[in-house]
Amino acid sequence: MTTSSNLVYLIALPLFSSAILLLLGRIADKWGHIVATLVSASTFVMAALEFVSMRQRTGDARAVHQDLFTWISVGTFNVHASLLLDQLSICFVLLISGVGTLIHIYSIAYMSHDHDRRRFFAFLNLFVAAMLLLVLGDSYLNLYVGWEGVGLASYLLIGFWNQKPAYAVAAKKAFVANRIGDVGLSLAIMIAFAQFGTVSFTGVAAGVPHASSAALTALGAMLLLAAAGKSAQFPLQSWLGDAMAGPTPVSALIHAATMVTAGVYLITRSNFVFDASPTAQTMVLIVGGITLLFGALVGTAKDDIKKALAASTMSQIGYMILATGLGPVGYAFAIMHLLTHGFFKAGMFLGAGSVMHGMNDEVNMRRYGAIGKVMPITAVTFGLGYLAIIGVPPFAGFYSKDKIIETAFNAGGTKGILVGGAALLGAAITAFYMTRVIVLTFTGTKRWDDEAHPHESPSLMWIPMVVLAIGSVASGFLFNSGHALVNWLAPVVNASGEHDAKEFLAPLTVSLLALGVVAIGVAIAILKYRSNVAVEAPEDVSILTKIVRRDLLQDDFNDRVLVRPGQALTRFFVSMDNNFIDGIVRGVGGVIAVSSTNLRKIQNGYVRSYALIMVIGVLALIATIWMVTL
Amino acid sequence: MDISNYLYLSAILFTIGAVGVVVRRNAIVVFMCVELMLNAANLAFVTFSRINGDLVGQVASFFTMVVAACEVVVGLAIIVTMYRSRRSASVDDASLLKR
Amino acid sequence: MHSLFAQSLQAGSTATPEAVQFWILAPLAVLAALGMLLVKKAVHSALLLAWVMITLAILYIAQGALFLGIVQVVVYTGAVMMLFLFILMLVGVDSSDSLIENIKGQRPAAISAAIGIVGLLLSLISRATLNHPATGIDAINANGNVQGLANELFTKYVWAFEVVSALLITAALGSMVLAHSQKPRNRTSQRDQSIARFRGESLAHAAGLPGSGVYALHNAVDVPALGPDGQPSQASISKVLEARGDMIASKPFELTEIEEEEK
Repeated sequence: MTTSSNLVYLIALPLFSSAILLLLGRIADKWGHIVATLVSASTFVMAALEFVSMRQRTGDARAVHQDLFTWISVGTFNVHASLLLDQLSICFVLLISGVGTLIHIYSIAYMSHDHDRRRFFAFLNLFVAAMLLLVLGDSYLNLYVGWEGVGLASYLLIGFWNQKPAYAVAAKKAFVANRIGDVGLSLAIMIAFAQFGTVSFTGVAAGVPHASSAALTALGAMLLLAAAGKSAQFPLQSWLGDAMAGPTPVSALIHAATMVTAGVYLITRSNFVFDASPTAQTMVLIVGGITLLFGALVGTAKDDIKKALAASTMSQIGYMILATGLGPVGYAFAIMHLLTHGFFKAGMFLGAGSVMHGMNDEVNMRRYGAIGKVMPITAVTFGLGYLAIIGVPPFAGFYSKDKIIETAFNAGGTKGILVGGAALLGAAITAFYMTRVIVLTFTGTKRWDDEAHPHESPSLMWIPMVVLAIGSVASGFLFNSGHALVNWLAPVVNASGEHDAKEFLAPLTVSLLALGVVAIGVAIAILKYRSNVAVEAPEDVSILTKIVRRDLLQDDFNDRVLVRPGQALTRFFVSMDNNFIDGIVRGVGGVIAVSSTNLRKIQNGYVRSYALIMVIGVLALIATIWMVTL
Repeated sequence: MDISNYLYLSAILFTIGAVGVVVRRNAIVVFMCVELMLNAANLAFVTFSRINGDLVGQVASFFTMVVAACEVVVGLAIIVTMYRSRRSASVDDASLLKR
Repeated sequence: MHSLFAQSLQAGSTATPEAVQFWILAPLAVLAALGMLLVKKAVHSALLLAWVMITLAILYIAQGALFLGIVQVVVYTGAVMMLFLFILMLVGVDSSDSLIENIKGQRPAAISAAIGIVGLLLSLISRATLNHPATGIDAINANGNVQGLANELFTKYVWAFEVVSALLITAALGSMVLAHSQKPRNRTSQRDQSIARFRGESLAHAAGLPGSGVYALHNAVDVPALGPDGQPSQASISKVLEARGDMIASKPFELTEIEEEEK
């Protein structure tokens, strides 16, 4: 393992810049966005340099470690604030800083009319710093700091336009849902400490073989809960759709490319736990499978372009989680899909933002149509992303998603068929709803008012989109050529020697099968939405459609099962506090007040009364003497 | 006759004096009742002296008398002052303590 | 439980003449003491107390405390009681002599407490024990009671004796300070009284208070006058008479009687 003293700058620089922008206030309004973007770009440059130097090293020397300071030292429990940059981290660092920089550039133009652009960039830099800390921490506790940091940044950015109550509520919802996941992570840390006496990745990994399977299952379940909260997986998925309240660049960076994939990172990083606990692994599979179908179904009914993309994000992360649940072979494909998804989904979000920018912030796709003609660059970049996500070769999604479906089928037995089937079905639905988005937005007849003057976005916006589109096209091929990414990640995820698993279906068969269902999905969408699209969503639809439009009743479920009983319980406690606890307090006070009011009457000022009391005292004294001498 | 009869008498007189202090309102009568209590105590002292066959009780009784004389002088002066200020010798009229 | 004290009292029991004296004097003393509480006038109380004190003096002497008995008569019954009577004269008759109780529950509580105290004290005395036989006073009084007391006072108790003398002087000074008033109460002049009548709260008595007995049954100082409304006027007689109870109530004049007569 190589030691380095440069890693900390990856985090310190954006953190410092964020602090500067926030503390200087309005003074920094003129140049704040430029500083933030330059800082982000320099982070990317540093990351790229680290990557290059890592490539030159071999074997164990590739991982870079930096010990900053002793954070906690209690008895035998020592936590160092230290950073670890290995093959897995560098993927994330490059993605975060790269996509982050592109989105910084995009935001300069996108947010140019916003009064609070400086604050926005400060939060973006804060996010970059926290996210980098998350992926660079060498222990669960260090990771936890970044984990909470991105949660905070996410909250601040979703509620960036908090003057609208609905947006503030959305931010709160995201924060609360994340908090449930955070409890899971903190419990996982506590379990790790109780079981292994350490919370560092290497320490826990070393302790896993000696731990009981129950403890490992509990640890895995808690880690999965954490991942579900952060990555909007079932059953904590409900916040992601509302998180689209934030500015579109935020949706692209945080709620598509990076933060929501932290759960995948956590599970991949904890591969030693899940590999040792089949129960936990199965739970991961189930969560991933449910979410990928759930998100895809929700995506079919969304008219809001951002919410459709958010549902798609949820579904795609479901794919990644599913892949991580498939064991050592799956991790690399999960990460590969994560990276390609980072490109094409961020690209599509930026495209959506571009459309909204041109359409006066209109998000309803039913009021779009024929935008491809007026916004050609947006249409092309979005289209490339679209081809990538539905998995058309040779675009990025084809390689990553195909591998996941194939690995799922190869899991063997009923499990393999169920999981592979779900993945295949998800691919079909993905093709359907993404085609629906494309058709409704860019083709067909124009359904927008004449007041809207859609126009191509400025170059600051379309250049990042183009870069991301290139990524959507090429990244899959690059990652897959000669198993580049799989081999690169192998030392981290212990994937050696697992390739000779029995193949359920030949890779070619799987690819053809996948392309087939995708084609069906695309065809149905084109036939359904080619023409005659109502500007208002039709109301006379089947009950199933209505349920899907209501996000498969996720909010109704949460409201009925969790929120209302919670509120009732709170009201009960409040009334308990008001009536019972306060009653005791007031009762004690009242008893004392009443008894003192009565006792005060003894103090009547008459000497004779006092003398009488004295006489009674004498009586008591004599009585005492009488009794003790009896 | 038992010598202890003197003690019984002393106890009865003492208690009557105590009741007088509590019941009567005229400060002078109250004061006289206090004297009665002191006298009752003196009787007990004298009786003790006789039972024990020494003079300690009588000495104590003697001192009681002297102190009682002092007390009467000062107490009556207080009553006079009180009467002068509020034209009343009632102990109930001096009830400013309750306010 | 046969106590040591009971045995000792047999040894120290009294001769018959003393017993006769005791049984005559003790009930009288108790009766006089009770009378002190019951009589209305302070002067009577003082006289009853003097009686109790003389009784006690006799009992002292009977118990071999010759000196104390004489002192009791001279100092208490003489000087102290004189002082009491003197102050009584000074203060005069007052409404505080009233036997009506105005503190709620005072009397029942006092009497119950007194019964409790008497009962307990008597019970305690009856079972008190002495760890040596009663010796009697005669042996120690062989050389004379006064000499014996003097011996004690001027040897063993000389310090206490001196302190008590200091106390006496202090008390004398203190009573002087208390009783002395720098500025004797101003006698209101006729002029002041006149101003008070006309500039006072009301002009009702500007022409002077009504004379006693006017229009009443008797023309005497202890009969309240009848006012214009036919009601007796309390302002017409001295407050002292009223407080002493030496007042004859006037019957209100009924106007209806006249009206009936006219018919």
